Amino acid sequence: MAEVQEVKKQAKEREALFSKKNRQLISDPLNDSNPITVQVLGICSALAITVKLYPALVMSISVLFVLSAGNVIISLMRNYIPNRIRIIVQLVVVASLVILVDQVLKAYVYDVSKELSVFVGLIITNCIIMGRFEAFALANSPWKSFLDGLGNAFGYAWILLAVAFFRELLGSGQLFGYQVVPKAWYLTEGGVYSDNGLMLLPPMALITVGIIIWVQRSKNTALIEED
Amino acid sequence: MKLFKNILESVKPNFEKGGKLEKLYPVYDGFATFLFVPGHTSHSGAHVRDGIDLKRTMVTVILAMIPALLFGMWNAGNLHYNALGESVAFMDKFLWGAMKIVPMVVVSYGVGLGVEFVFCIIKKHQIQEGYLVSGMLIPLIMPIDIPLWMVAISVIFAVVIGKEVFGGTGMNILNPALTARAFAFFAYPSYMSGDKVWINTSTAEGQSVVDGFSGATVLGDLATSGSTQYSTMDMFLGFIPGSIGETSTVAILIGAAVLLFTGIGSWRIMLSGLLGAIAMGLIFNAVAPYAISPEQQSFMAVPFWQQLIMGGFAFGLVFMATDPVSAAQTTRGKWIYGFLVGFFAIMIRVFNPAYPEGIMLAILFMNVMAPLIDHYVVEANINKRKKRLKVKVA
Repeated sequence: MAEVQEVKKQAKEREALFSKKNRQLISDPLNDSNPITVQVLGICSALAITVKLYPALVMSISVLFVLSAGNVIISLMRNYIPNRIRIIVQLVVVASLVILVDQVLKAYVYDVSKELSVFVGLIITNCIIMGRFEAFALANSPWKSFLDGLGNAFGYAWILLAVAFFRELLGSGQLFGYQVVPKAWYLTEGGVYSDNGLMLLPPMALITVGIIIWVQRSKNTALIEED
Repeated sequence: MKLFKNILESVKPNFEKGGKLEKLYPVYDGFATFLFVPGHTSHSGAHVRDGIDLKRTMVTVILAMIPALLFGMWNAGNLHYNALGESVAFMDKFLWGAMKIVPMVVVSYGVGLGVEFVFCIIKKHQIQEGYLVSGMLIPLIMPIDIPLWMVAISVIFAVVIGKEVFGGTGMNILNPALTARAFAFFAYPSYMSGDKVWINTSTAEGQSVVDGFSGATVLGDLATSGSTQYSTMDMFLGFIPGSIGETSTVAILIGAAVLLFTGIGSWRIMLSGLLGAIAMGLIFNAVAPYAISPEQQSFMAVPFWQQLIMGGFAFGLVFMATDPVSAAQTTRGKWIYGFLVGFFAIMIRVFNPAYPEGIMLAILFMNVMAPLIDHYVVEANINKRKKRLKVKVA
């Protein structure tokens, strides 16, 4: 009994809102435990909606909302969720949030919503979200879970945006829909340049993610798995 | 030769440990071993099988490609002047083609070897000779009019993503030359396919003079209209539009003879590839009456032996399907691998008009499958021997 009380006491000790530990919750997923490049979660959407930057941005914001809000909700309920049905409960939470996001997108950015089509609904199956619920929110306080959600969503978002940046720039010569490569450079206009059609196809998204993983692991060799 | 040796000896201290150019040692080593037999010996037990090393192997393959290269130069000039309606001397045609093709070869080697050097210096290993063959293959499988920077980008992609990420020469899953071509094909489709890219129809000023001139390849013709203007003899000798090295079956057969005579190309793969293509051709001939469209019907009805001399089939089978790294390694595996390369090549080119070069996709596909084939061949052998053992014990 004495031990249990001690543990409780420790937990009750107030931690600063942005203590070093809490800051790490945000900064770690950006790099060393990035959901896409290190944990290899959420790859499907990274391949599907990174042809252009704008949909990738909208997708990132949607995931940011769903993940951080979902993490907080699950964390608040964590002591009341029976262990055996926790997956169902998590699914209900994600599904409600995703429907919310979907309706908002349809109301305010209908074009993008059409472009993202099924992938908004598929946020439910994005492994990052269920993964964070299971691994973090079920065992941590709401504030920490919120930070963890933010961190992982940002980690997801920057990879998505980086991939989309290269794919849109090299694949269609545009950024956010604005022509960046001067029209006069194109071969059809008498120049020497041509867009890279392969960049618009999903394989190149995979290769771009692969190159990011390559750069990341050659910088931080601790991430390289032993064979 | 003595001169080279003296030069090498005099600059050697610069590249050794502690020298000024220590980091560039792989470059020095690469040049030294290119000129002379390497001075170092193997650390573990000797594994001499015969007096040939990787560099000699590569050089033999390059020699085997020379006929296709020279013919490609002449053919490019020939088609160009024919399209313009001018008749010029043999040498002029050849020189015109050489003026277009030599820069491609230079770019291919320059960029490819440059990337390899950079990787050697970063990774601190010896320069690997694997690129010597790919560097010659890549220009031979490109259309004559492709911009040089596209060749360069494709080469960088092929060497970095196709080879170096897997660990360099000998570790690649895909054939690097075909990786370059597949990259160019999907990245710049309007410069790699269609009926405008195979024959250069511009005059010196860069103006296209022949409007509406169609220079489709035989396969392109067959896919769109079901018939072709070229005769069997043209196809066999190679007076047809196409990628630079692929047109002349004769030149490729000379190369094949060199590869087979020296034992460098696998005869099993070539023969089984031929059988596979014949098998698919015969199947198409048999089912041609049931084709869905008249174009496809006449494409299917093309005699099976004519399929062998069209497009890049012969070139791919001789020079790229036999790549010792990306092909199957086991003897029985080679038969299966080669057969399926030929089988799929004909199937893809007939069924999908968007991909007339079925051989490229067929070889790349089978490259991916090769380790699987090898795995099952080895497993089957192990099981067979286990059974034999059991019988004896019983």
